[in-house]
Amino acid sequence: MKGPRLAPHVRLAYDKSRGRQVLLAPESVTTLNDTGAAIARLCDGDHPVEAIVAELRERYSGVRAEDVESFLGKLSDLRCLKKGGS
Amino acid sequence: MNGPLGLLAELTYGCPLHCPYCSNPRDLGDPRDELGTGEWERVLSEAADLGTLQVHLSGGEPLLRRDVTSIVRSASELGLYTNLITSALGLSERRAEELRDAGLDHVQISVQADEAGRADEIAGLRSFDRKTRAARLVKKLGWPLTLNVVLHRRNLDRIGGIIELARALEADRVELANTQYYGWGLLNRDALLPSREQVARAETVVRDAATRLREEMEIIWVLPDYHEEYPKPCMGGWGARQLTVTPYGRVLPCPTAHELPLPAESVRESSLRRIWEESELFNAYRGTDWMPDPCRSCARKETDFGGCRCQAFALTGDAARTDPVCRLSGDHHIITSAIAASDDNSPLAQLVPRSSNLNHDH
Repeated sequence: MKGPRLAPHVRLAYDKSRGRQVLLAPESVTTLNDTGAAIARLCDGDHPVEAIVAELRERYSGVRAEDVESFLGKLSDLRCLKKGGS
Repeated sequence: MNGPLGLLAELTYGCPLHCPYCSNPRDLGDPRDELGTGEWERVLSEAADLGTLQVHLSGGEPLLRRDVTSIVRSASELGLYTNLITSALGLSERRAEELRDAGLDHVQISVQADEAGRADEIAGLRSFDRKTRAARLVKKLGWPLTLNVVLHRRNLDRIGGIIELARALEADRVELANTQYYGWGLLNRDALLPSREQVARAETVVRDAATRLREEMEIIWVLPDYHEEYPKPCMGGWGARQLTVTPYGRVLPCPTAHELPLPAESVRESSLRRIWEESELFNAYRGTDWMPDPCRSCARKETDFGGCRCQAFALTGDAARTDPVCRLSGDHHIITSAIAASDDNSPLAQLVPRSSNLNHDH
């Protein structure tokens, strides 16, 4: 299986003093909401987009595939996903 | 109050290179006064408590510190994102593996130009081949690689070659940063400031490459301040997002703020939290209340925060004035006359290389 993967310079972390999930890169901090963080956590290369959608549907109601795809598109535009991934 | 997101930890001002645009102070101080390992550990822990997420280990050359690996390990254990900003001289395979095992997240290597002759001339040392070897090592160990290139009159015309070099080294990111004129850079400004024509040509090359290589690497273009209409939003605002700790423990809103006539703060005397939240130094230009006109009534005041306080001070003698880079500044003629001089085809002014020795070696 092959799916989207976080870029090697990007790390998912919990920002405890501000109580939020973030994606850290050398010069940027991207704040994520809960679903965003859940998607980012599944960007491990082993989950194709359909599998990410399926996993999210087990946890959240009303998950739409196009929303997940558009979020992944945003991560990709922010250079948070590995090149050539997904 | 929000804490700083990023900490710039300047581990030492010692450096084997002599780059004439170095952002270090002209007086490099005495290395015997540098913070020790334990002091850095305390600084990192206080920064993490304050809400810092990223630490940039810089210098000088941070690899000159034998304890850099244990400093990285401490930062990493605190959950901080660690970024090493290095000339790469001293990055042997063994050292690199130790740093990776200590949890170092990211490496930024400086290169001075796209080929050895010109690069070594700018660096004042034969270093180009060692840098490209170290860049390959970084990739081999599976780290992401960013190349940092400071641009100026003597390498801006090589921008296409510089981008090709980044590509050949399989850099994930290349940061093309036009020189900022502070300290050594300001001393050498006439020799470093590119002409308007050079900047325009380079911008075209960078724009084309950014589109063409979009899938391959990220190209970051740091605008040439002097050639812009409006100033840069320096540090994202004074005391808003970033703090710097110098090799000797001074705490600053930015690496050049030691030049300003404000009371000094040190981690040897106060906690980072007190300095960040309460000190006169960090509150002097926080927010927008300090602003004079034209900033005070300007729609952009929350966009560029009045520009850079250090640049205002260096060029006008008053840190509270609008950054002269702004076309609305009453001091803007200082910038336009410097650019006009650089547009002349007069012979290149002499460069003053950054001194190599810290005081105790003199």
